[in-house]
Amino acid sequence: MNKLIAWFDERIPMTKTWNIHLAQYPAPKNFNFWYIFGVLATLVLVNQILTGIWLTMNYVPSAEGAFASVEFIMRDIEYGWLLRYMHSTGASAFFVVVYLHMFRGMMYGSYQKPRELLWVFGMLIFLVLMAEAFMGYLLPWGQMSYWGAQVIISLFGAIPIIGDDLTLWIRGDYVISGATLNRFFALHVIALPLVLVILVFLHIIALHEVGSNNPEGVSIKKPKGSVPDADKPKFTFHERFTKKYDIVDAFPFFPYYIVKDLVGVAIFLFFFCYVIFFAPAMGGLFLEPPNFEAANPLKTPAHIAPVWYFTPFYAILRAVPDKLLGVILMFGAIVALFVLPWLDRGKVRSVRYRSTLHKVNLTVFAISFIALGYLGLKPATEVYTMFARIFTFLYFAFFVLLWFYSKNENTKPVPERITK
Amino acid sequence: MSNAPVDKGRRRFLTVATSVVGAAGAVGVAVPFIASWNPSEKAKNAGAPVEVNIGKAEPGQLIRVEWRGQPVWVVRRTPEMLASLEAVSDQLRDPNSDEPQQPEYAKNLHRSRKEEYFVAVGICTHLGCSPQFLDQGMGEYVEGAQSGFFCPCHGSTFDIAGRVFQGVPAPYNLVVPPHYYINDNTILVGEDGEQA
Amino acid sequence: MKQLIKTTLLVAASLWSVATLAAGPTVPLDEAKVDLHDKASLQRGAQLFMNYCLGCHSMQYQRYNRTFKDLEIPEELGVENLQFTGEKVGDLITNAMATEDAGTWFGTAAPDLTLVARVRGADWIYTYLRSFYVDESRPFGVNNTVFPNVGMPHVLEELQGIPRKTTEQRMVDGEMQDVYVGIKTDGSGMLTDAEYDQAALDITNFLVYTGEPMMLQQQRIGWYVFGFLLVFLIFAVLLKREFFKDVK
Repeated sequence: MNKLIAWFDERIPMTKTWNIHLAQYPAPKNFNFWYIFGVLATLVLVNQILTGIWLTMNYVPSAEGAFASVEFIMRDIEYGWLLRYMHSTGASAFFVVVYLHMFRGMMYGSYQKPRELLWVFGMLIFLVLMAEAFMGYLLPWGQMSYWGAQVIISLFGAIPIIGDDLTLWIRGDYVISGATLNRFFALHVIALPLVLVILVFLHIIALHEVGSNNPEGVSIKKPKGSVPDADKPKFTFHERFTKKYDIVDAFPFFPYYIVKDLVGVAIFLFFFCYVIFFAPAMGGLFLEPPNFEAANPLKTPAHIAPVWYFTPFYAILRAVPDKLLGVILMFGAIVALFVLPWLDRGKVRSVRYRSTLHKVNLTVFAISFIALGYLGLKPATEVYTMFARIFTFLYFAFFVLLWFYSKNENTKPVPERITK
Repeated sequence: MSNAPVDKGRRRFLTVATSVVGAAGAVGVAVPFIASWNPSEKAKNAGAPVEVNIGKAEPGQLIRVEWRGQPVWVVRRTPEMLASLEAVSDQLRDPNSDEPQQPEYAKNLHRSRKEEYFVAVGICTHLGCSPQFLDQGMGEYVEGAQSGFFCPCHGSTFDIAGRVFQGVPAPYNLVVPPHYYINDNTILVGEDGEQA
Repeated sequence: MKQLIKTTLLVAASLWSVATLAAGPTVPLDEAKVDLHDKASLQRGAQLFMNYCLGCHSMQYQRYNRTFKDLEIPEELGVENLQFTGEKVGDLITNAMATEDAGTWFGTAAPDLTLVARVRGADWIYTYLRSFYVDESRPFGVNNTVFPNVGMPHVLEELQGIPRKTTEQRMVDGEMQDVYVGIKTDGSGMLTDAEYDQAALDITNFLVYTGEPMMLQQQRIGWYVFGFLLVFLIFAVLLKREFFKDVK
């Protein structure tokens, strides 16, 4: 066995990679509940790729055959329903864990220097994920697939001058048709997953270059020689990390966080499997009822709502009476997140040591996001639109306020070391 | 950090136990992925047993039906054809049907349930062409034979019970599919039936 | 912080109540007490469907043999009594009506009903089947309170009898007034009101089944998965505790 490992190590950096990224990677000792979502996102990604590959084996990417082929998978293929529900539930689960993962980053300032690029890679993952989910949702070719795609593609029509030509080009037809379905299929099953996997790889590389943040927001890297040996953890870390710094308050990712994450994974799977086996449609949130009716270009469903994970942004879009401005604001909501590392001019990372103003601001932001998500599911009545406007305002207010107060924020003293 | 000594035995046991449970889970997850490659209900329906009405078959006539995408022949043999079965026996590769090319109930001289009717998959055991049925004129290919099957692809020859002649590329006799008589006029191809 | 949580809850609560108000009036639906374990009901539902619905509505994603198996109907019996279309028992439940014909006769093609329960919900179907009423202004002489201006005749009329919107004289605020009391049949049908409701429920039950024929298998497997996850969780927790002795 050792000989075999040695044979490989001479040819590829196998043991070295294992040590740098797992067995001798220093992870802060105070990771809490919020730190499970990165692992869960990876797990869901693997689930999506595997079930996705299996679904393509029987899916028919054509306007005539798509809807029937999904029902064929659900009924005529052994365990086809399970593969399909794993994939459809996985799509929603992906956004659940990614939203929580992002909020974790916002709470503990994981986007601040030196992790700006890490955050940007994460945001790119989020962006690609949204495109991936949007295109995937067209594939079952149900009423919601069709009309949801119709609405979202029409957004591009708001762009001045080129708008109409652009939507025509995206659809490849005067309406959404088999041509659209086929290109979305190609992008959904190969192009975007490929980009997604590369981005995830870059995200992890960037993370392991700068090291993980933690709930205290305190660095575990101390100047070389500043920490007495008695204070250092008894574990071996890779020299890549110890060459320049003394590492404190950390332990190796493997086996400690692996075994801890196993617990988190098991608990997550309880929720995940509950949905798959007992509520695959999740009351119409994960699989919308009108989507069990084949796409009909001549009949619009009474109430079109995008899938829940798009609704916060959809609500922002609808809140604005002007089409172009609505589109700008909707994309602005995502752009604002992209530039968060530069909007936040504070030096203190964790919300634990930041001002009450920041705590309130962040809480209001979270509430606004959830409220917008809820409002996006509902028909745009007068009352709802009013609420949507308020929460849209609060959503953006978070970023504006942050930029102003973060420079001279009244923060609490940050401890030198992770004490908890 | 605790100073309690590490219980290596307990640690090893838990590691192994969790790995075993995890591996069992992985096997469980693999089940739907593997099972989904089995023939679908659609394929099973397309490959379902087929009924052949033999009531109108004339002696010496061949009825061709499709079963699981393959041609299946039902030949109503004349007394002369049946008489020829003994005559050509010494020219055959497997005259007693020792190779498992037929169900047990067709392992006899005439290779069928009823002498008169021969049921076979019409695919040459050489490379999968479909042989021609010659109700006469087989003598052109095999000396002393009147009827049988001739494969145009590589010249393999079979007698009227689908037994392969010597000196041709086909290695085995023609396959006899599972079949049974629902009644005197109907054969069900694809199932052995209860009488098997 | 406490104050903040309080305000949050308050805002959420007010939002919720506004939401329910804004949902707007719809025809109240009766609850369909569907039970996929009730094979007798499913069998009756299948029979009613094949006799009354399949003439116009197909069930093109569902197969006969699977239906018979899931409903515990012996295959031969099923083929004889329930299979009026298709050649093989493994065929899909389709019908002979061409879509164009349906378009001419009814103004629109009769929708496929395999998944109707997933689109509309059980309560809707159950209420719909019991909400036809005489309306001479409509092409087929009937209308439906759940589906206004519905484009199909009341095919179950021979079972229900002729249903009419009925009013009764009642005392309201000290005055006798005509009060709408719902749809009442004239009693000319083959079934009593209770029997008709049961028949509607049987059809609903069957349609819920065809929407998700895998549901019982799915839930059974789900329990096994939970059992497995519980075992895995216990070992994972023990393992985590064991390793974290190193770092506590």
